[in-house]
Amino acid sequence: MLVFLLIIVVLVVGVLLYTVATYNGLVKLRNRIEAAWAQIDVQLKRRYDLIPNLVETVKGYATHERDTLEAVINARNRAMAAPSGSHEQAEAENVITGALRQVFALSEAYPDLKANQNFAQLQEELTSTEDRIAYSRQFFNDSVLKYNSKIQAFPGVILANMMGFKAREYFEADDDSRGPVQVKF
Amino acid sequence: MYDQVAQNRRRSMLLVAVFFVFTALVAIAVAYGVGLGATGIAFAVLFAGGSAALSYWKSDSIALAVSRARPADEQQYARLHNLVEGLCIASGLPKPRLYVIDDDAPNAFATGRNPSHAAIAVTTGLLDKMNRVELEGVLAHELSHVKNYDILVSTLAIVMLGVITLLADLSFRFHWLSGHKRDRDAGPGPQAVLAVVGIVLIIVGPIVAKLIHFAISRRREQLADFSAVEMTRYPPGLISALEKLKGDSSVVRSGSRATAHMWIEDPMAQTEQQGNLAKLNRLFNTHPPLDERIAALREL
Repeated sequence: MLVFLLIIVVLVVGVLLYTVATYNGLVKLRNRIEAAWAQIDVQLKRRYDLIPNLVETVKGYATHERDTLEAVINARNRAMAAPSGSHEQAEAENVITGALRQVFALSEAYPDLKANQNFAQLQEELTSTEDRIAYSRQFFNDSVLKYNSKIQAFPGVILANMMGFKAREYFEADDDSRGPVQVKF
Repeated sequence: MYDQVAQNRRRSMLLVAVFFVFTALVAIAVAYGVGLGATGIAFAVLFAGGSAALSYWKSDSIALAVSRARPADEQQYARLHNLVEGLCIASGLPKPRLYVIDDDAPNAFATGRNPSHAAIAVTTGLLDKMNRVELEGVLAHELSHVKNYDILVSTLAIVMLGVITLLADLSFRFHWLSGHKRDRDAGPGPQAVLAVVGIVLIIVGPIVAKLIHFAISRRREQLADFSAVEMTRYPPGLISALEKLKGDSSVVRSGSRATAHMWIEDPMAQTEQQGNLAKLNRLFNTHPPLDERIAALREL
């Protein structure tokens, strides 16, 4: 009788410990996803902040390239106005990336601009910010993958369902940004 | 990957334990040989514990100092800082401290005891010769060592090797210095004991060194290459970096056999044209040939 009781106690304690550990693990992963999402926004905002500086610098050298510069500014304003994580924002971000590339290409036509210390610095900052945007999305997706497989695989799925953990969506590239890159001359 | 982390932690524990016992035994032997009693032995154990603790807490500073690394200025080395920050975002690691070594030979290493106490050092040659994506590949490789806890094992090894060599050296010299005053009638005195300890250390030292190098398996370089590519999602970057390392024949000046296993490319001369110790260095190879690593990455 005593042995029987002991087994039950051990089982109950075991299940309890497992539940606590799973719950804490899932909360940790969920928080990591939130942090990763915030990180994407931080990097996007950093890019918004750098763009006006770049435009000011380029303006002084490339006086005939008003259109290129305006395209960047417009895309930036559109992206900032769009709600975070929305489709419009993603689209505007892609436009920014393309427009920035054209601004950097200007430096080939204007040697003075290319030699400008400030311009080189901004180019480095913007390039690395773009890397960071990509990397923070990658980390977000890696975290979502880890979280989703944990709450969808047995036996975690039972507890996750009971405790109300829902699968998260991945960050996906737009259809147009996934297609082949078009180069126009 | 998690197995690798657990394995590296276990190995580090073992390394520290073995080192403690070894140093304690040597120190006790010396204390006994010199004729000190219980206090001497207590002192010896304290010394062993002290150096084991030192190797755990301070080995990264020692490794950096030995390689003559200086902190990388955030303004001057903006690209280096930016790339590492990006990779840290991709891998969810805290940003390590960054160091620069003034040396034309392109090379890099990572050190520290865990990801929050890690450091990465690169030579100025690496910064000059690599383009952005190549540098990123190399940094991702180093960051993978941080992530996999390779840095703990390899950095511990450096300090331990250093202490063992120092002990061997000391006991041997002590023997020769006091050898002149030997009294012919007084049987095996302290000098004899010291001589035995010294000889044993001289024989055992290289074997221990070899064992440590085996513990730090050559496979982990390949593993770090793979994790690096997982981080950057761009194999061509690291491949072309390794190609450049292969094509470059310069050798890091502050590289030594004790720290060789830390670097991304073996800092010791490998071919006769690089240096006349090449044959000996190849015997103690710590890295798989670059060709093998490049081929493995190409297959991804």
